[in-house]
Amino acid sequence: MSERLEKGLQVLRAEMDKKVMSFFSSCVRCGICAESCLFYTETSDPRYTPIYKTEPMRKLWKNEYSFWGKLKGKLGISEPMTEADLADWEELVYDGCSMCGRCSMVCPVGVDISMVIFKVKHALAVAGFSPEGLVGATERAVEIGSPMGITLKTVQAMIKHVEADTGLKVPVDVEGAEYMALLSSNEIALYPEYLESLVKIFDHAGVSWTLSSDAFEATNAGLQLGNKAIAGKLVQRVVDGAEKLKVKNVISPECGHAYIALRWEGPNFIGKAYPFRVVHILELLDELQANGSLKTTGMETERLTFHDPCSIVRRGGIQAQPRNLLRPIAQNFIEMTDHGSMNWCCGGGGGVSSNERAEELKLTAFNRKKSQIEEIEVDAVVTACSNCRMVMEDGIEANEMDMPLLGLTELIAEHLEQKPH
Amino acid sequence: MIEYLIDGPLWYFSLAVFCIGVVWQLARILFTAGKTDLSVARGSASSGAWRNIFSRFVPHHEIAPQVRVQVVAGYMFHLGLFAVIFFAAPHVIFLEENLLGFGWTPMPHWAFIVASQFAFFGLLILWLRRMLNSVSRLISTLDDHIAAILTFVVMLTGCLALLKGFTELRLLHRFTVELLLIYFPFSCLMHTFTFIPSRAFTGAWFGRRGIDA
Repeated sequence: MSERLEKGLQVLRAEMDKKVMSFFSSCVRCGICAESCLFYTETSDPRYTPIYKTEPMRKLWKNEYSFWGKLKGKLGISEPMTEADLADWEELVYDGCSMCGRCSMVCPVGVDISMVIFKVKHALAVAGFSPEGLVGATERAVEIGSPMGITLKTVQAMIKHVEADTGLKVPVDVEGAEYMALLSSNEIALYPEYLESLVKIFDHAGVSWTLSSDAFEATNAGLQLGNKAIAGKLVQRVVDGAEKLKVKNVISPECGHAYIALRWEGPNFIGKAYPFRVVHILELLDELQANGSLKTTGMETERLTFHDPCSIVRRGGIQAQPRNLLRPIAQNFIEMTDHGSMNWCCGGGGGVSSNERAEELKLTAFNRKKSQIEEIEVDAVVTACSNCRMVMEDGIEANEMDMPLLGLTELIAEHLEQKPH
Repeated sequence: MIEYLIDGPLWYFSLAVFCIGVVWQLARILFTAGKTDLSVARGSASSGAWRNIFSRFVPHHEIAPQVRVQVVAGYMFHLGLFAVIFFAAPHVIFLEENLLGFGWTPMPHWAFIVASQFAFFGLLILWLRRMLNSVSRLISTLDDHIAAILTFVVMLTGCLALLKGFTELRLLHRFTVELLLIYFPFSCLMHTFTFIPSRAFTGAWFGRRGIDA
């Protein structure tokens, strides 16, 4: 047995818990999950059926945990797992799955397919069966601090611009601040207006906050790659930064997977609970609006819809908040046919957008979102995830659609009530 | 001799394998280590688990039109089979005399005919779909086919056993039931029981995160 295969199998064995055992004991291969997956619906390729993507885990379960597998093993007639069982699934798991979790919503026996796919991804990552683009991004995240190679200098330059544009101070390394804000790579490199919006909103609402020069980056390439050890290292940086500044809350940016990595998986990655609260920016804005600190004025009159980022809504539980925030400022807010926890993914989550090899497939998968948007004939789409926004911008451009995309935090910032002088 | 074997030792053996096997498989799942989630819960895991156990009986309306065949045929088969197993007159009498010591009102003959037709057609549709649909064909395993065929044979021999003059047909039905009982705990048929912890685990996960599942 090769070293790579052994490493992969070790991970799969370590990930075999009571949930996985109940899942594989229950799955009747009905194929319903296929209809929930945009990589299947847009390609009609049965290999993209979500439960099929868990095949390496199922095969291990069958060989080592099922009665027939054990019996065959004793008789020496079992079919052992080979490197091909891992290598052949690399494309399916990394290119053909955005970890959107829609499959986990529809399984009649309740299999959390997305969770099992992540376990397979973890095994593939440790065994070295991962796309180059993602591996490179993860290496940059570990070595430089950001998957896009963004350094503190870049952030400092952006802060200068924001301060010049807004006339407001961006607090950095303020010990004892109430909130520590994080940024995703995309928000630094592509959407600097996010930070500008934060500055305006927090000034308006009187929020005590800071950025950390040690921990400004929220993007977790380790989670996208599926490597829990690296994901834990990246989470630990944020934890160290927050502990150093003694903040009470850490704000996850709009970026969906950053939220999952920090809020839900982070404590498990590092093996301990946080001494602070993690709050998503939409949760915080909703809280500020509810307690009267955040007041908006004016309404968008265009027909607007909201694209639910999978990691924030379906896998993160933040569904009401974006709607609470949008409705007071959007006169013509229209829901897509499938929205909320049953939304369709943009096609680029789970590291697909960082995987150059998956570019064509990602654009094919975007056709689902395209038809959703076209069906309701809106003037603009609002979202709350920089990755979704980037992926949808690519899709809109490739399809020559005339469809503006707006970030929800920025939209709120544009509608802030003037503070009394 | 064969009659003695099928009505006696093989029946008790298959029943023991079924009962011990099912309990053992469920215990194996429930007593396997799970990881404690260290994140701070937003909602209740237990209410999420209970909700998910029941909510998954009905498909999300967003996907219902695409999975109508599996859902309708699935319900036809499962409800039909349940009715036949527990409410067909010969089964009620058998359970009363051989296992429980008490009985209940069986369904009328016409209801038995309807229920068994539902079960037959449901199973046939599901199995044909398994063979003909590219997704189902790809993901199906030998176990799925054995389980479907074995169940079909049990139902078929059950119908034949209604011809009361032929002891051989009753024995044949009982023999196939015994085979099914022995196969059951080691096959996908275990989903009859394991779907409950499976739904509960996933529901608890959703519940902790406050997800509308």
